[in-house]
Amino acid sequence: MQNVLDRVTANPKFHEFVAMRSRYSIIMTIISAAAYYGFILLVAFQGPWLGTKLGPGMTTSIGVPIGVGVIVFTIILTWIYVRRANSEFDSTNEAIIHEAQK
Amino acid sequence: MRLRSNMNIKHLLAAVAALAVAGGAIAAGADLGQATKQATNWTAIAMFGIFVAGTLYITKWAAGKTKTAADFYTAGGGITGFQNGLAIAGDYMSAASFLGISGLVFANGFDGLIFSIGWLVGWPIITFLMAERLRNLGKFTFADVASYRFAQAPVRIFAATSTLVVVAFYMIAQMVGAGQLIKVLFGLEYMYAEILVGAIMMMYVLFGGMTATTWVQIIKACMLLFGATFMAGAVLMQFGFSPEALFTKATEVHSKKDAIMAPGALIKDPVSAISVGMALMFGTAGLPHILMRFFTVPNAKEARKSVAWATTWIGYFYILTFIIGFGAITNLIQNPGDFYVGGEIANGLKGGGNMAAVHLSKAVGGDLFLGFISAVAFATILAVVAGLTLSGASAVSHDLYASVFNKKATSDQELRVSKIATLCLGVLAIVLGIAFEKENVAYMVMLAFTIACSGNFPVLFMSVLWKNCTTRGAVVGGFTGLILAVVLTIGSASVWEAVIGNPKGSAWFPYNSAAIFSMTAAFFTIWLVSILDNSAQAKKERALYPAQQLRSETGLGAAGASGH
Repeated sequence: MQNVLDRVTANPKFHEFVAMRSRYSIIMTIISAAAYYGFILLVAFQGPWLGTKLGPGMTTSIGVPIGVGVIVFTIILTWIYVRRANSEFDSTNEAIIHEAQK
Repeated sequence: MRLRSNMNIKHLLAAVAALAVAGGAIAAGADLGQATKQATNWTAIAMFGIFVAGTLYITKWAAGKTKTAADFYTAGGGITGFQNGLAIAGDYMSAASFLGISGLVFANGFDGLIFSIGWLVGWPIITFLMAERLRNLGKFTFADVASYRFAQAPVRIFAATSTLVVVAFYMIAQMVGAGQLIKVLFGLEYMYAEILVGAIMMMYVLFGGMTATTWVQIIKACMLLFGATFMAGAVLMQFGFSPEALFTKATEVHSKKDAIMAPGALIKDPVSAISVGMALMFGTAGLPHILMRFFTVPNAKEARKSVAWATTWIGYFYILTFIIGFGAITNLIQNPGDFYVGGEIANGLKGGGNMAAVHLSKAVGGDLFLGFISAVAFATILAVVAGLTLSGASAVSHDLYASVFNKKATSDQELRVSKIATLCLGVLAIVLGIAFEKENVAYMVMLAFTIACSGNFPVLFMSVLWKNCTTRGAVVGGFTGLILAVVLTIGSASVWEAVIGNPKGSAWFPYNSAAIFSMTAAFFTIWLVSILDNSAQAKKERALYPAQQLRSETGLGAAGASGH
């Protein structure tokens, strides 16, 4: 077991992989935080604009699709990450471990 | 802030303005105010009885499977990602978020949506940064992860303290909410609710451990999602499935008219707004009863799937509460005779402003559906309290007893201690619930989130992702965040003035959320103390980082499904 661990640690592919995946999760975190804080800043500084009607004679304001959009966007972002992590990242990960076990 | 049944619209508006001060606490906190007892509702009691009978039957089945400490803490690690996602969503969708947010939409329209979005943003953080690493490093509690390469005793003592404090505040809010709800929904005494919730919850946890707690949570989540979907569907059907028609009607009948379609008085002070946002965003990733759920799945793949499903259900649920709130506007305001005290809108809703969703259930589905929604609301509190108790008991038995006081403890001894801890916590929950009956508990859930984001989250984050973090840094920084979160919250208007009763304007902490300060202080302290730490122990801990990183990133050597 210790051999496998050492070999994985010594493999530059492992470090590349970890760095790539961390970068990806941090970018995703920043995107989701930006969506949320962007919305909060709109509420704080552009409140009346969010109340603008979607079209002439309509009641629905721009804020409703934007707000619901932030929720839907958050869900989609989560699934994008999970799908990629569960397929691509996991197979790279397994390949690195497999290589070390040979 | 309390929503009294005799509150008039003017007070309601004043209360809504006060929301800016109370921050997220209203929507989150199970503070349903001092409700007036209503007529006994036998349908609701019967439906709740069926729920309890069913879940106790499951508990009996789960008891047969709960033989070791690992079964008790993590259901043997055999829960699938989809099931766990529902259970996590169940933990998160409390009665207060259902009744509170729909009540907020009913009173204020668009502002309710701002709240629901806030409650969702913690989930991507957990997905992208925590879920997989938690699963790979941990076994039973988040302290396993935080203390992975550190000195066990100090880190475990910090984690257990922080867990118990978070659990206590969250629990008091739930228990008081249960007592107020039972008066309105079932027409029973406050005291009955405390004993009922305490006793049934103890049976779930004591006999069925994590297996029973998870299934209770899954069943409840399904009932809540079904009930909310039905209600939102019924409302949309009234308007030919046109949200535009629903909004048009709502702005016609609501006293605030078109203002309900735009942001109102919710955000006045940007520092508080950002601070509340931070507490919600990072606090979610530090709640012990949520973190514990990542150890019930067999591997990192399933852990990721759980958060994706949890996020999906929670987001869907919040969209529904928005429709339900608007449905309540169009259905209730035109029938004041049925839903308002004395038939007068000026007197406020029967049972208080948070009862909008409950009244709507009667308007769209009659007495039978009202009974169902009432039973679901109460079952929700029951399930959330069970999850909290389990995580508190695990902190005592796994982090304190088996990792600090008796390191040679066998699985049987550990299991026995966790059961004793469950009993003590159950009794404590009942006692605290009764003691806080007349107290204002609106700030408590927000405080729990603030502590979670200032204590647990920085310690977890730094220990897993920062090579140079040491025991000393983690423990000193963690306690700094924890203490600061509590002290600053006490100094804010929502506690200093509204709870302690000091004169208005005397609060010495000017914002309504401490998170931005306490969380920053925790991170800074962890960093500072760690880099100044040149002890031999610190050197050893830094040297252990590559091995920890290897396991957290690849899952090599992670605790398996059955080999816990």
